[in-house]
Amino acid sequence: MIIYFLKYYDKLLIALLEHLEIVLITIIISLILAMILTVFVQLSKIISTILTGFFSMIYSIPSLALFSLLIPITGLGKDTAIIVLVLYNQYILLRNFIAGLDNVDENIIEAAKGMGMSNMQMLIKVKIPLAKKSLFTGIRLAVVSTIGIATIGALINAGGLGTILFDGLRTMNVNKILWGSILSAGLALFADKILQKIENKSF
Amino acid sequence: MSVAIEFKNVSKKFDKANYNAVDDISFTVNEGELVTILGSSGSGKTTLLRLTNRLIDPDKGEIILFGENIKTVDVIKVRRRIGYVIQQIGLFPHMNIKENISVVCKLMKWEESRIDARVDELLNLVGLDPKEYKYRFPKQLSGGQQQRIGLARALAIDPKIMLLDEPFGAIDSITRLKLQDELLSIHGGLKKTFLFVTHDIEEAFKMGNRVMIMNEGKIIQFDTPENIIKNPKDEFVKTLMNSAKEKTKLWEKYI
Repeated sequence: MIIYFLKYYDKLLIALLEHLEIVLITIIISLILAMILTVFVQLSKIISTILTGFFSMIYSIPSLALFSLLIPITGLGKDTAIIVLVLYNQYILLRNFIAGLDNVDENIIEAAKGMGMSNMQMLIKVKIPLAKKSLFTGIRLAVVSTIGIATIGALINAGGLGTILFDGLRTMNVNKILWGSILSAGLALFADKILQKIENKSF
Repeated sequence: MSVAIEFKNVSKKFDKANYNAVDDISFTVNEGELVTILGSSGSGKTTLLRLTNRLIDPDKGEIILFGENIKTVDVIKVRRRIGYVIQQIGLFPHMNIKENISVVCKLMKWEESRIDARVDELLNLVGLDPKEYKYRFPKQLSGGQQQRIGLARALAIDPKIMLLDEPFGAIDSITRLKLQDELLSIHGGLKKTFLFVTHDIEEAFKMGNRVMIMNEGKIIQFDTPENIIKNPKDEFVKTLMNSAKEKTKLWEKYI
């Protein structure tokens, strides 16, 4: 097993970096989209129900099925994987963002409303600062989830750690299976731990 | 003396309720009065208050502040012109005292120097040393101190009308007496109109130039404390007066 690593570490490294690239791009786009959607949700209750319902539905579709559905439109490869991952993340992020923002002490909201803050002002000056911890937890969950589901992207040519894993499964190569699993699981655990540390230190 | 607050046949029923929270009420409050609104829970007193700064809108009737029907004014503008103090205080925990007090000033885009001077002025008014308290955070303050800050915050942009919803309800009774006296002297020094909701008979009669007794969404009697004691309008008011008398009897027994 170690010999395999020493011989092929460059290939493993490339797969890891590809994986990280997918995760990074996905998270950035997911966050921007989730933030915009959350603002809309805060300004209207009806939009809240529609959006959360829609993304719940998306989230219940198995990843391979969703990947396959998009292939005719966006083709094989990284882009399709990123689109699917971003869509999945909306479910996690929106739910966490909305719950976090709505759980701010209602007396504080009452005082803010009564003194004449608009919804937008309440959101920026009161709700977001006070919900920071919950919001960050949502982001952490999205990152770990993305790392996991991105492995499946290998099946549609997106690259990443999944390629090693599935290659290994296909050819019954124990080394590849082991290293694919160790690296993807390891990355997820590592990201979770680091983000938890940041969460506890900052909030 | 101008009319600060006027309610004309105002009614409000909440969804799924069988009765009106506030039932066809009409009254006027003159500028500079401190009116206490006395009632038990469910009497409509908090609803009345929240109708005044449009946290709730009425089903029927008109609410007129200084001659302006507030239905025609933007909600946010109405609320910014009125100071609002609530029982649970509601200070922003992530802001220091100065930032808490000056929230509305910042919304109105006051310059920093004006804000700073105003915060000092207000802290002195509510009996707290600016140097000591300006940069502390709410959780470092006692309940009584926090509510003083709540009061300062509400007074920040010098509103003509102040709404106080059981402001001392969550404060211990010893501190409460002190705060009542201080509020009376603050009110006396300014020309502001105060609406002060309470369920405490003694507080209502001690604080109010006039007392508005409410029950089941209606105004039962609205008069000076003296007139109410001398001429209670109906059985409900008589019972209230008697329960207060009973309390004094207990003290007199042991003095």
